[in-house]
Amino acid sequence: MTSLADHATPARESPPQAPVSMAAALNRALGDALAADDRVLVYGEDVGTLGGVFRVTDGLAARFGDGRVFDTPLAEAGIVGTAIGMAMNGLRPVVEMQFDAFAYPAFEQITSHLAKLRNRTRGRVELPVVIRVPYGGGIGGVEHHSDSSEVYYTHTPGLRVVTPGTAADAYTLLRQAIDCPDPVIFLEPKRRYWATEAAELGLRQGPDIATACVRRRGSDATVIAYGGPVATALEAAEAGAEDGWDLEVVDLRSLSPFDDATVAESVRRTGRAVVVHEASGFCGYGAEVAARLTEQCFHYLEAPILRVTGHDIPYPPPMLEAYHLPTADRILDAVARLQWDENA
Amino acid sequence: MTVAARLAPGARARRGLLPGTQPLALLDSGGAPAGQDGLSMPGPDVLVGLHRSMVIGRRFDAQATALAKQGRLAVYPSSRGQEACQVGVVHALRAQDWLFPTYRDCVAIVSRGVDPVETLSLLRGDWHCGYDPFARRVAPQCTPLATNTPHAVGLAQAARIKGEDTVAVVLLGDGATSEGDTHEALNFAAVWNAPVVFLVQNNGYAISVPLAKQTAAPSLAHKGIGYGIASQQVDGNDAAAVYAAVRAAVDAAASGAGPALIEALTYRVEAHTNADDATRYRTGDEVREWLARDPLPRLERYLRGAGLLDDALAAEVTAEAERLAADLRDRMSAEPRPDPAEMFRYVYARPTEALARQQQQLAAEFDAER
Repeated sequence: MTSLADHATPARESPPQAPVSMAAALNRALGDALAADDRVLVYGEDVGTLGGVFRVTDGLAARFGDGRVFDTPLAEAGIVGTAIGMAMNGLRPVVEMQFDAFAYPAFEQITSHLAKLRNRTRGRVELPVVIRVPYGGGIGGVEHHSDSSEVYYTHTPGLRVVTPGTAADAYTLLRQAIDCPDPVIFLEPKRRYWATEAAELGLRQGPDIATACVRRRGSDATVIAYGGPVATALEAAEAGAEDGWDLEVVDLRSLSPFDDATVAESVRRTGRAVVVHEASGFCGYGAEVAARLTEQCFHYLEAPILRVTGHDIPYPPPMLEAYHLPTADRILDAVARLQWDENA
Repeated sequence: MTVAARLAPGARARRGLLPGTQPLALLDSGGAPAGQDGLSMPGPDVLVGLHRSMVIGRRFDAQATALAKQGRLAVYPSSRGQEACQVGVVHALRAQDWLFPTYRDCVAIVSRGVDPVETLSLLRGDWHCGYDPFARRVAPQCTPLATNTPHAVGLAQAARIKGEDTVAVVLLGDGATSEGDTHEALNFAAVWNAPVVFLVQNNGYAISVPLAKQTAAPSLAHKGIGYGIASQQVDGNDAAAVYAAVRAAVDAAASGAGPALIEALTYRVEAHTNADDATRYRTGDEVREWLARDPLPRLERYLRGAGLLDDALAAEVTAEAERLAADLRDRMSAEPRPDPAEMFRYVYARPTEALARQQQQLAAEFDAER
């Protein structure tokens, strides 16, 4: 396993890097994957001529031709179903579901077939399919454009589910997903598409696909996040530092499988944990994280593990979403509730 | 953009998408030449081969039904009455083509050369799919129905992308034509001009629901034409006609003419499965009417009339079918011992640490019980 410290602190000696957005990083990853392997195809709704509604596939059809990057009819079950057939015949399709909630028509193909064909056939049918899903809120999207649908997928054995928290990791994770022999649900936190960061993009810039990553070292408590809220957690850690909290931030990257070792190591060290996600808390991903950590770190814990999540409501309309999404303040409020003993 | 320009370039040029006014047939129900245009009578070797596979297929099906009654299978959905469809389509496939069957297509799978015991894994319950799909190019049996249709389209389109001469044939039933996946697959196939053939075995029932409650379309073949797919109806109890129609569609798809939909009119003689009671929703008269159109004697009469089948050959084929049934009985009488470790082995390319732990835990429980 790659050393986590390598990713926690960027090398100070490296030259200044050009700012890059997550959308641009994903675009580069797709382009590099298409260039590296003739079996890779990119298709979905509006991904060809238009370059995708978020421009993640911008320029790829022109560069690689419409035999490898192409538009499809508006039919998500058909997109995923045909990708299964293509993968059965030796190709490596990377398909796009235009928005989180628009992926639901493909649910049966994903859960009953994409996830199960390897097992169904005792490993004979391998399906290296990547399903890119722009997900989550924070972009002022109207209804059905802001769902956090991760647990629908993480509850399905046979799927890998990953989501990047940074632009650099978006590149690395997507290349890893395309190279992966298992089907991967690749969740793209769309509110981070346009945020830029100085980053060097490369396949070996991050840890293995199934490994979590400590984004910020700290000793008081571990804030566990993934996707869009990773930046929120880092923001909370910065703000908390001014109040004297030394917070560690773990970016899960891989939601399935779950990297028990990295997360448990952090929580054993800090003794306290807060799990953050946008999705509703009830039966949400944070429940699994809290349960696993309780099982694995009980004797190290100084306080119950708390969750900072979206409310248990249908995703609100754009003018109300700010009340729903976890904020740095809400994270720090939770940190403050971790049973600190003033006299300790 | 004008309205005319908005139409797909090939759409107006495509002609003859509509099925004919009556199903295409080569043999009438008495086994005499049907005297229709539209299909070519297959050669003698093909006809003799169809007969042989149907006799063997029916014997296999009867044996599987018996095994279900004995509790050797968890359940068995019989193919009886549909042998002409299932054998006809398989004989029309070339070695490089793919078949995408459903749970009711065991006779098709065995006819394709898959081991009968491996074919019955799903229904025996020792694994979900017992055969290697790549060995005979037979996809795992589809149990939710219609979900195999986009798989066939994708596989066929991938063959085209790779420059391979492969056609995919997907089997579905009347009920599956109501599912969204079928419609999405038909649309993708047509837009991509993919080399794929949809064979709809219209056996009259989706478990208990008759066709009249399934669709208001003039025929199931009509469901292809809205997508721009040439569609036809064929007598599904006429093995020669099914073979000829599928073969023509496979050849056309292979030559770049695109997809086709064939609706084969047939009948499910048995109940849905051994667990079903068909008397609750259909009459004995109806069943008897269809038994009179049995596909086996129909072809047999034609072959005898044409001098292609005599008592000696018929006895030889029957003996071969009995050998297969006896072998199936013998091999199915052994109690299967599926390995619990397999539950964990194939979920991912490499088992995750969590799965490895669960497998060890289960093994420890076993050891504790011993």
